[in-house]
Amino acid sequence: MLKVDRIELGIVLDHIRAGNGLRIFEELDLGRRESPVALLMSVPSTKLGKKDIIKISGALDLDLTKLALLDPGITVNYIEGGEVVRKVRPELPQRVEGLIRCKNPRCITAVEPSAPAIFELVERGRKRYRCYYCGESVTV
Amino acid sequence: MDRERLGPARKGKRDFVDSLDFSPEDYQRLFSLADSIRENPARMAKACSGSLMATLFYEPSTRTRLSFEAAMRRLGGEVITVADPATSSVAKGESLADTIRTVGGYADLIVLRHPKEGAARLAALYSPVPLINGGDGAREHPTQTLTDLYTILTCKGRLEDLTVALCGDLRYGRTVHSLIKALTRYPDIRFLLVSPEELRLPDSVKEEVLLLRPGVSLQESEQLEECLPEADVLYMTRIQKERFFNEEDYLRLRDAYVLTPEKLQAAKPDLIVMHPLPRVTEISPAMDADPRAVYFQQARLGMYARMALIADLLGVA
Repeated sequence: MLKVDRIELGIVLDHIRAGNGLRIFEELDLGRRESPVALLMSVPSTKLGKKDIIKISGALDLDLTKLALLDPGITVNYIEGGEVVRKVRPELPQRVEGLIRCKNPRCITAVEPSAPAIFELVERGRKRYRCYYCGESVTV
Repeated sequence: MDRERLGPARKGKRDFVDSLDFSPEDYQRLFSLADSIRENPARMAKACSGSLMATLFYEPSTRTRLSFEAAMRRLGGEVITVADPATSSVAKGESLADTIRTVGGYADLIVLRHPKEGAARLAALYSPVPLINGGDGAREHPTQTLTDLYTILTCKGRLEDLTVALCGDLRYGRTVHSLIKALTRYPDIRFLLVSPEELRLPDSVKEEVLLLRPGVSLQESEQLEECLPEADVLYMTRIQKERFFNEEDYLRLRDAYVLTPEKLQAAKPDLIVMHPLPRVTEISPAMDADPRAVYFQQARLGMYARMALIADLLGVA
């Protein structure tokens, strides 16, 4: 079994669906951080069978608004003094830029390279977003 | 998106991209201004002197474009335009965002018509000056809505407690989508939606309407005749050839509804018949003499409504 030291201050993203850790690592741009970051893949899990884990040391203020879209099962553990001080299940963000593409062929984003893809949450329960430009709905 | 990242915008810049961008109170302010311009056109004849409006029409338009240009000139302003987008910078591959930023450096106001849905929303993000949506694909045509609401108010004296029948292409008809959303915000509005099965109002628009006013009456029908006796307003639309990918479908649906004086016998005597124009076959020319046909008056009122909008956005009202 691989061992990674516990962190004193930082964030642990737990219960990431196995195989999804690398994408989350990239979407959060963790490769550019100066403090240590560990990506553990295919870790045995009683709950999931296998899971990925990301340990980010040295910060508590990461923008994690995308997490619920990338993997709704994630648990975010905030660590201070080596102890978990808060556990959070991320909520769907009200506004998403860049993660979702509009599927409407008549939408301006289909032809305009400069159009940043923007979606706004319209129904939290059904995880439904609407394209900021054309209004097309998408369920994530 | 953070608007400030995209460049300087005029302080307090306001756009008119979606019919819901303006509140009912905003609309009322514009209607009052349009009334005062109609009563005394000379009062505003130089209101926009020294101001320049750019019209960028990437889709064919006669009425909307002329209406805007007439409105600006009657306010004493000037107009610049692109004669044919096919030969403009777009043909060289320039993005809409770059075109808008460039033109926004020349003009004080931009009017954009574009075939893609949401084009005006994107353009407004990048425009340093107020941007008006002159129609974006099948999505929105808010200045037609401004015209339509002003016409209903002028002809019926109210914008509440009305049964409004919308007939024809409710799927691709952007004037319908804009109007129905804006009207929903007024009390006691009932909608009769008359269309062939294939051209029904999109679910996305129905959802928006129901979010605005849960429980609003949206009654769908394929028969115009059965809706006519109840209607206070009949809004006819053209089946639009340019919205079909398939010519066969267009030809099959083109003549689904034709309004004639005979059909109108069953309607209320104070009904008004509206149409955003141009009409093709859906309203018989024999209808034009009927006092209930207000579509040409509607076009003229649209110019005054646009004068009010331009003056408001330029801060000279």
